[in-house]
Amino acid sequence: MKDVRLLESAFAPGEAIERFAQGHPDAGGVVSFAGQVRAADGCEALELSHYAPLTLPGMDALADEALARWPLDGVMVVHRSGLMLPGETIVLVAAAARHRRDAFHAADFLMDHLKSDAWFWKREKRAGQWHWVEPREADYSDLARWK
Amino acid sequence: MAVTLVFLGRLADLAGAPVREADAPLDWAGLLAVLGGELAEAVSGAKVRLAVNGALLADKTALAAGDGDEVALLPPVSGG
Repeated sequence: MKDVRLLESAFAPGEAIERFAQGHPDAGGVVSFAGQVRAADGCEALELSHYAPLTLPGMDALADEALARWPLDGVMVVHRSGLMLPGETIVLVAAAARHRRDAFHAADFLMDHLKSDAWFWKREKRAGQWHWVEPREADYSDLARWK
Repeated sequence: MAVTLVFLGRLADLAGAPVREADAPLDWAGLLAVLGGELAEAVSGAKVRLAVNGALLADKTALAAGDGDEVALLPPVSGG
């Protein structure tokens, strides 16, 4: 039904999606999105920090909001924290629903909120220097679509 | 006992450490005085929020932290 996790080490998104789909045999479909660390733009590493009293409870409340907003059989929200290398998965969301449109909307909603409205702070290492990354204007306007 | 200040994101860089202690009780004016300079200015920014013991403050200037409380200083977030 609801699977929300904050992970400190690398995970395999494909396996997680497969388990999630198998756990929802009555759903007509599963929509998933996996975000990974870009190798482009000279990115050498990415570090995500979080604040334990807020981050996981916030992710859990976000999953509940998606479940309340669309008729879903289940949602999965998995987010990494800590140090990551290019190619590693940062975030994985999935929604299982009887009808595809609800699952697409729910996955989109979850990602827009995780990008710019969840308790994470991201910094990127380029040419040996760390730079804090703030959301782009497009991330804020994506989020505003759901208000 | 004291108030524990927890700095997140770029505020931890500005503070030079992720955690600092301050004397209790601590209100908004007291916090700015303890932080001083660039850090006080950053924390005053409209996008920085405060949480006390994991509960967000709707109005950070209403800060009223006592002995043993943890105050988190939260700059704009960025995930995914």
